Amino acid sequence: MNDDEGVAARFGATARRGTTAALRGLVQAVLSQLGIAVFVLSVVSVALIPVGVGLVLAPAALLALRALANQQRAWAAEWSDVPIPLPYRPEPGARLSPRWVWWLLRDPATWRDLLWILVNVPVGLLLGLLPAAALVYGVEGVLVAPWLAQVTDYGWGPFWMLDDWGVLGILGCLVLGPLLTAVALPLGPRLLRAHALFTRSLLAPTRGALADRVARLTETRAATVDSSAAELRRIERDLHDGAQARLVALSMNIGLAEQLMKHDPDTAQELLAEARAASGQALTELRDLVRGIHPPVLAERGLDGAVRALALRLPLPVDVVIDLPGRAEAPVESAAYFAVAEMLANVVKHSGAERAWVQIEQARDRLQMIVGDDGAGGADPAAGSGMRGIERRLAAFDGTMAVTSPPGGPTLVTMELPCASSSPKTSPC
Amino acid sequence: MRVVLAEDLALLRDGLIRLLGAYGFEVVAAVDNGPSLVRALVEHQPDVAVVDVRLPPTFTDEGLRAALEARSRIPGLPILVLSQHVEQLYARELLSDSSGGIGYLLKDRVSDVAQFVDAVRRVAGGGTALDPDVVAQLLTRRAREEPLQQLTPREREVLGLMAEGRSNAAIAAALFVTEKAISKHTNNIFTKLGLVVSEDDNRRVLAVLAYLGGPS
Repeated sequence: MNDDEGVAARFGATARRGTTAALRGLVQAVLSQLGIAVFVLSVVSVALIPVGVGLVLAPAALLALRALANQQRAWAAEWSDVPIPLPYRPEPGARLSPRWVWWLLRDPATWRDLLWILVNVPVGLLLGLLPAAALVYGVEGVLVAPWLAQVTDYGWGPFWMLDDWGVLGILGCLVLGPLLTAVALPLGPRLLRAHALFTRSLLAPTRGALADRVARLTETRAATVDSSAAELRRIERDLHDGAQARLVALSMNIGLAEQLMKHDPDTAQELLAEARAASGQALTELRDLVRGIHPPVLAERGLDGAVRALALRLPLPVDVVIDLPGRAEAPVESAAYFAVAEMLANVVKHSGAERAWVQIEQARDRLQMIVGDDGAGGADPAAGSGMRGIERRLAAFDGTMAVTSPPGGPTLVTMELPCASSSPKTSPC
Repeated sequence: MRVVLAEDLALLRDGLIRLLGAYGFEVVAAVDNGPSLVRALVEHQPDVAVVDVRLPPTFTDEGLRAALEARSRIPGLPILVLSQHVEQLYARELLSDSSGGIGYLLKDRVSDVAQFVDAVRRVAGGGTALDPDVVAQLLTRRAREEPLQQLTPREREVLGLMAEGRSNAAIAAALFVTEKAISKHTNNIFTKLGLVVSEDDNRRVLAVLAYLGGPS
C-alpha cells in the first residue's frame, strides 16, 4: 500500500516536472526567435556607427541583447540549476556617455552574446519545442486520435493515419501513446538542462575575462585591506590619545579627591567637578569616534534615515530624495553612507554652495547616489584624497564614481553600486 | 511622582533607579526591552517615562518607537528619551505631535544630577527638555540666515537656552542675571524673529523649536 502511494507520488512529481519543463521550453523557444530581431538590429546598428545613426541605435540594441542574454542566464540558474556568472567588464561612469558606449563595444562578452543569440535561434527552437511536442503528441495519441477516428475520417495516431488499420491501429495508439508520454515527461527537464549547458558554453565568462576579473579583484582587495588597516590604526590612535588618556586623568582626579575628602573637602569637590567634565569630554570623543566607524543612526534607521539625519546636521539646506525598496547588507549600506557623507563634507568645506541635494534610488540593477550643489565647481577627484578614497572604497563593490564640476559650478557627483556582484555582501540588491 | 524606566544595561538601570529614588521619584516599573515598555506604559500610566532609545530585541531605535507608540495610545504621556547620540531627525519625530511633555537628552547629561532631575520634573509637568547638542545643531543650521544674524551674542545664548526648554527663571539663574533682564531679551528675540510672544513657557518653547526646525 505504501509502495503504491510512493509510486503514485513519484509519478505525480515526474509528470509535474515534465509538464513544467515543457512549458518552460516553449517560453525559451519564443525567446530564441525574438533573438533574430535583436541579432539583426545589433549588427545593423553597429554597422551604422560610422554614419552616426548607429551611435544612438547601437546602445539600445546591445542593451536589448544583454537583457535577453541575462534573462537566459537567470533561467538557466533558476530552472536547471546551472548558474552562469556575468562575464561583463565593470561599467564605467554615466550611462550613454561615449566612454560607456565604447566600453559596451569593446567588451568581448558583447560579441559572445551576439554569437550565442544567433546559434540559439535553431538550438533554442529545437530544444524548446521538443519536450512539448513529444508530450502533446503522446497525449493526443492516447486520448484523442482513436476516438476521433471512430467518428470521422481523420485520426493521426502517434505515427500513422488510423483509418486504414482499424482496431489494430487503435490498439497501436493506446500502446505507443503512453510510451511516448512516459519518455517525454522525464525527457523535458533533461532537454531544458541541455539548453542551459549550451547557454553556459557561450555566455559564461571566458578564461581571459576571468583573468581580467581576478586582476581587478586583486587590485580592489589590496586597496580595501590597506584602507581598513589604516582605519584601524586611526581608531587605535584616537582611542589612545583621546578617551583612554582622559580616563586615566579622570581616575587620577577621583583617586586624589578620595584622599582629600576628609581634610580638604573644597579641593576634593573641585577635583570631582573636573573629573565630571573630563568624563563628558571622553564621552564626546567616543561618540565622534563611533560616528566615524558606524553611525548609530545608520544601524537604527538604515541608509535612508542616516542620510536624512546627516543632512539635518549640515549648516546648509540639503534636499534629500530617497527611494529604496528596503535595506541592503550592512557593508553596502555603510559604503553608500560614507560615500554620500564624504561628498556632502566636500560641499560644506570647498564649494561655498548655498544649497545641496542628495538623490538615492534603486534602479533595476543598481543603487544610484547623486550628490549635487550650486557652488563654485572645479572639484577634481584626482586632487582630493577624500574623493579618491571613496572611489577606492566603491571599487571594492564594483561601484563607480563620476564627477562633473565645471569651473563656476554646479558640481554633480554620481556614484553607483551595481547589483550584479561576486558576493551578496557587496551587492545592494 | 511615578516613573516607568526602560534601560537594557543593568548597571545604568540600577544607577537611574537609585538616582531617581534619591530625589523622591517612585520607579513603578523598570523594563529592559521595547514590547514590555509599551505594556508597562499603558498599564501604569506613569507621571513620566525615562526611556533609552536603543533596546532589545532589535537594538535599533526600539525605545523611541515604543515611546511614540505609547504616546499615540495615551496622548500627552510625558516621555524623556535618553540616548548615547542625539539626532535632530529623532527630535523632530518626538516633537511632531506638539503636545509637550517631551525630553530628549544625551545619556551624559545624567552626570549633572541636579539638571537631569530638573529636566525629568519639567517633562513630567508637560514641558520640554531638549539636549544642548540638538539645539546647537539647530542653531548652526540656521546661523547663516538673516533673522538670526540680527541677534546679539547674548540673545543667541538666551535663544539656545529657551530652545532647550528652560523657563525665564532657569535661564536667569544659568546666566547669573535677573529674570527681568531675560524677559527683555526674550521679547527682543521674538520681535526679531517675527514670533508672537506667549506667556506660557511650553508654548514659547514649541514656537522657538518650530521656527528653528522648520524648513529653510
